[in-house]
Amino acid sequence: MASLDDLKKRIASVKSTQKITKAMKMVAAAKLRRAQESAEKGRPYSEKMNNIILNLSSGISDKENAPKLLSGSGNDKVHLCVVMTSDRGLCGGFNSNIIKKAKSYFAKLVEDGKDLKIITVGSKGNDQLKRAYGDKIIANISFKESKNANYFDAEKVGKMVIKKFEAEEFDVCTIFYNQFKNVITQIPQAQQIIPLNVENSEDDKSEDSYEFEPDEDEILSNLLPKNISTQIFKAMLENSASEQGSRMSAMDNATRNAGEMVDKLTIEYNRSRQAAITKELIEIISGAESL
Amino acid sequence: MSEEFKIEIVNPEKSFLIKDDVSEVVVPAFEGEMGILKDHISIISFLKPGIIKILSKSGDQNYYVEDGIVEFKNNNLSILTSTIFNVVDLDKSKQQDLLKLAEEEAGKPEINDQSKYLIDQKIEVLKSIN
Repeated sequence: MASLDDLKKRIASVKSTQKITKAMKMVAAAKLRRAQESAEKGRPYSEKMNNIILNLSSGISDKENAPKLLSGSGNDKVHLCVVMTSDRGLCGGFNSNIIKKAKSYFAKLVEDGKDLKIITVGSKGNDQLKRAYGDKIIANISFKESKNANYFDAEKVGKMVIKKFEAEEFDVCTIFYNQFKNVITQIPQAQQIIPLNVENSEDDKSEDSYEFEPDEDEILSNLLPKNISTQIFKAMLENSASEQGSRMSAMDNATRNAGEMVDKLTIEYNRSRQAAITKELIEIISGAESL
Repeated sequence: MSEEFKIEIVNPEKSFLIKDDVSEVVVPAFEGEMGILKDHISIISFLKPGIIKILSKSGDQNYYVEDGIVEFKNNNLSILTSTIFNVVDLDKSKQQDLLKLAEEEAGKPEINDQSKYLIDQKIEVLKSIN
């Protein structure tokens, strides 16, 4: 059995850990509110962008000559995967969930005989993928310096992706991120951004014709690269909200576990103190009796 | 009959501005400035660097934009842009910063014609602000 002194030290250390996790939880909660707000505020932009593109692409007459970003390069050989994770740890299953999703996708691609290229955004993802897919990672981007997700960072990633696409380095691009549902639920997502998946929206409300200035093709070829950045930005916003949510619940759990541990250790400490007192008493009494 | 319509400007971070009493908006469309009044035909166009002028009962406003898309439909004008500043807030130093950045960009040798055109526009507009 551990000595009284050891137990005392143990309790003190668990208590100080608890203080840290509690503080981290508070910080995460405060950041979560902000991240969630900006994720919600960012939604109209990407929705509107999507709407316009839908309207445009349904109006486009010549599918053959549509911009490559929309129709794809015609091949399906090289896949680029942009895996977006956080730069910091201690946020529960946040990073591993994305990695898990990404890895199962990679495995499928390799099985199908496709080529794989990976861009990691955020250092945690790079750390985890380095071992298994180190030779496939072509770039690692990290935004440790920027406090909040901002559009310029997203644009940087977007421009890089587009440049590589124009250089015909890949055919299909998919981004991986966590979609924020609520504090305890984040859903890892795989979203294909090149070629764009124009899902057939059921509500074909807007059949009215638009006037385009200049023509559709030009607008579309201007809009599509922007849309890539927008989608990446949306993923970044969702990710940062998810990260804080995930961290908050992880730290909440850790605080609770630490509390339980302190309780258990305190009981053990009291017991062994009592045992020591009893032992001493027995020794005194039996010593007195033997006289 | 009122001659007013609704405008909404969104940038990636948030809804930048919503107004429903505007009477005219002048946007720097790619092929020249374009004034939009109520009951304009549905249109989609994109912007070059310039000034958006919003005329409304509650006062006129000017905004500096670098790029964006405009969509007008059912008397709703939506402007999506990544860079927008209220001209009133755009003080001297900020404007000089932007100008310097643009001039650096214009000086790059590998620039293509279209972006060169856009950058020149930007410089011109920035110079005209003060």
